[in-house]
Amino acid sequence: MRDLPRAGHTFPGSEMPMMDREPDGSTHTHTPGTATFTRPLSRSLEPELVRRGQLSSMGSLDSPMSPSRPKSPWGRFDPYDSAEDQDKEYVGFATLPNQVHRKSVKKGFAFTLMVAGESGLGKSTLVNSLFLTDLYKDRKMLNAEERISQTVEITKHTVSIEEKGVKLRLTIVDTPGFGDAVNNTECWRTVEDYIDQQFEQYFRDESGLNRKNIQDNRVHCCLYFISPFGHGLRPMDVEFMKTLHDKVNIVPVLAKADSLTPEEVRKIKMKICEEIERFDINIYQFPECDSDEDEEIKLQHQELKGSIPFAVIGSNVQVESQGRRFRARQYPWGVVEVENPEHSDFLKLRNMLVRTHMQDLKDVTRETHYENYRAQCIQNMTHMVVRERKRSLCNRGRDSASDLPVPLVPVDSDTERLIWEKDEELRRMQEVLERIQEQMRHGH
Amino acid sequence: MSEIVPPEVRPKPVVPAKPSHVAPPSGAPFLPSPQGTGGEGRGSALLGYIGIDTIIEQMRKKTMKTGFDFNIMVVGQSGLGKSTLVNTLFKSQVSRRSASWSRDDKIPKTVEIKSVSHVIEEGGVKMKLTVVDTPGFGDQINNDNCWAPISKYINEQYEKFLKEEVNIARKKRIPDTRVHCCLYFISPTGHSLRQLDIEFMKNLSRVVNIIPVIAKSDTLTLEEKIEFKQKVRKELEVCGIECYPQKEFDEDTEDKSDNDKIRETMPFAVVGSDKEYQVNGKRVLGRKTAWGVVEVENPNHCEFSLLRDFMIRSHLQDLKEVTHNIQYETYRARRLNDNGGLHPINSSGHDTQESNL
Repeated sequence: MRDLPRAGHTFPGSEMPMMDREPDGSTHTHTPGTATFTRPLSRSLEPELVRRGQLSSMGSLDSPMSPSRPKSPWGRFDPYDSAEDQDKEYVGFATLPNQVHRKSVKKGFAFTLMVAGESGLGKSTLVNSLFLTDLYKDRKMLNAEERISQTVEITKHTVSIEEKGVKLRLTIVDTPGFGDAVNNTECWRTVEDYIDQQFEQYFRDESGLNRKNIQDNRVHCCLYFISPFGHGLRPMDVEFMKTLHDKVNIVPVLAKADSLTPEEVRKIKMKICEEIERFDINIYQFPECDSDEDEEIKLQHQELKGSIPFAVIGSNVQVESQGRRFRARQYPWGVVEVENPEHSDFLKLRNMLVRTHMQDLKDVTRETHYENYRAQCIQNMTHMVVRERKRSLCNRGRDSASDLPVPLVPVDSDTERLIWEKDEELRRMQEVLERIQEQMRHGH
Repeated sequence: MSEIVPPEVRPKPVVPAKPSHVAPPSGAPFLPSPQGTGGEGRGSALLGYIGIDTIIEQMRKKTMKTGFDFNIMVVGQSGLGKSTLVNTLFKSQVSRRSASWSRDDKIPKTVEIKSVSHVIEEGGVKMKLTVVDTPGFGDQINNDNCWAPISKYINEQYEKFLKEEVNIARKKRIPDTRVHCCLYFISPTGHSLRQLDIEFMKNLSRVVNIIPVIAKSDTLTLEEKIEFKQKVRKELEVCGIECYPQKEFDEDTEDKSDNDKIRETMPFAVVGSDKEYQVNGKRVLGRKTAWGVVEVENPNHCEFSLLRDFMIRSHLQDLKEVTHNIQYETYRARRLNDNGGLHPINSSGHDTQESNL
């Protein structure tokens, strides 16, 4: 993903809508912290800058029937195809989204998902079900004796999935050992450190000299598994979420929901939502619908919001019943279908994660969480520098006290300190300016 | 049969509800035959019918008059269905909370011990049932030593009984508050026992009879259930944890074979419910989900009926006996040895801190 100019710079021509269901690297001029919502392509562009020369030469290539790329799988329509448009004069840059789409599809997408929760809640089964892979094929389960001395680890599995020409590099970060010990104090520290590490690495890469191929390992989404056997959130759940809610997008998931009757599911969801509010936990919020969206989409959106936490069931075992095969869990008293919306929220979760909100998750990570981290980091750095200077100043002051009469020392150090601080500010502003200039040079 | 068994004689427990398929020992004349009907027990050396076996009838009458005590403790993380299971076991609202969902669910900061007593009557027999609940167990972030309050409580009950026993003027019937049975609820993760489970059972299996059960087992399919149980049994064996019925207390082959059968199916995978639904024209206790009704008393669905039969219908008296004759005696011996005398000691002293035996 390209890092394009930040807030405050309306880079002309960069304002364009995002594609529906299609992650791409396009920019937006929103201030950090607000997530943009994807809109269908039928919106027309607001032309700000006309890059005539560039576009007209590529205009002919950009019809959807371009020879290099067959008709896009999403049935993208040529904005210039309707009859009334045939005889008007157009510059032709309404096909810009197509170009971006093609470029990004060639590059492929990356997504990092973290799963956290006690062991035995069906995390690996769910991950396998969500992405129809078998990431945990050769997993060896430790028995309790071995696990007594286990600490929380972080394991990463990467898999490349390709569907209809689009490549996704999916990384699953697992946290085995979380919450399993008798004493679980600060067991989330490892997780927090990992997330910070990824941010730090990205920060360094971004501030480095060669920024062409930055690998984005930041965690885009964390699925936190809540046990259905409790009465809502446990103290550990609350602590974990409070520590991590401003570092990563947390999506709470109610695991093994087939052990609950529909009534119980409803009650426990209400309880969990209420507790999340009570403890001020900022879970991932879905971006608001625009007011002119379809009613149907708005309805879906409402439903989605109301189903947090998602009550899921996972299974990779196929069961045959009434002539069709589907993934399910078979009990003596009935069969639970994984993809039946009345049995579980699995479909909703999958659609949200993969089909509608994947890009938004990445954007919020990039704009909000990462920016917070970065601001914090820079602040800490400048504080450290100022403190260093002050300390060396004081030292110098003390040294010179032996030479000069006492009343002179404070005056000197005060003004000198002011001078140093001004210097510091100037330096900072210069850095920012330099970076902006560089981006403008390399940008677009 | 009163629960105070004179320590010199330990007759084979007379349980009126012993399953009738058990073959009676061949004609041992001095042991009462387990057959419920009086009259047909035959000693090979007797020439006529004396009527020794009517002692069963007499004991039964006595029991019915005096009634008996039974104390059960439930231990497990909150939300595993402990209260519901106890209610289902005894078919009445005997647990600390009534089985409504909207109850005050604040997790206490330390483990508390709350006990509730009820008197249940069935078939003319009165039972004073005490259910001891342990809210807060395993719910904190740091659960180190969360079994210490439980261990302390159990030892305190032994201490109470001991004090009564060494009194000069003893009561005719010492009130028995000792915990006869501890149901430990295992969370149905499907993988293996949690560390907390192992620590708890290691510390307490020599102090009280522990019966492990797999809670909320409608979350496991049949294969998962079998696999999980095997894993649990193996782990218990590896850690040297002996749950009730302990192998070392099997008296004879008959006991052994009975208990072996039980041990093969432990831990019981149970489901509790106090709601009734209509299934195939019958009203059954169960849980109704969108894909079917889990019947609590259907042995194909869960092992609740096995647990109930085991605990109540066949081994209730044995539980009490083992508690009295073995667990309590061990405690008593240790206490008397420690002090070299029988002087009552203040109960808040050092001895209640011992949790390992």
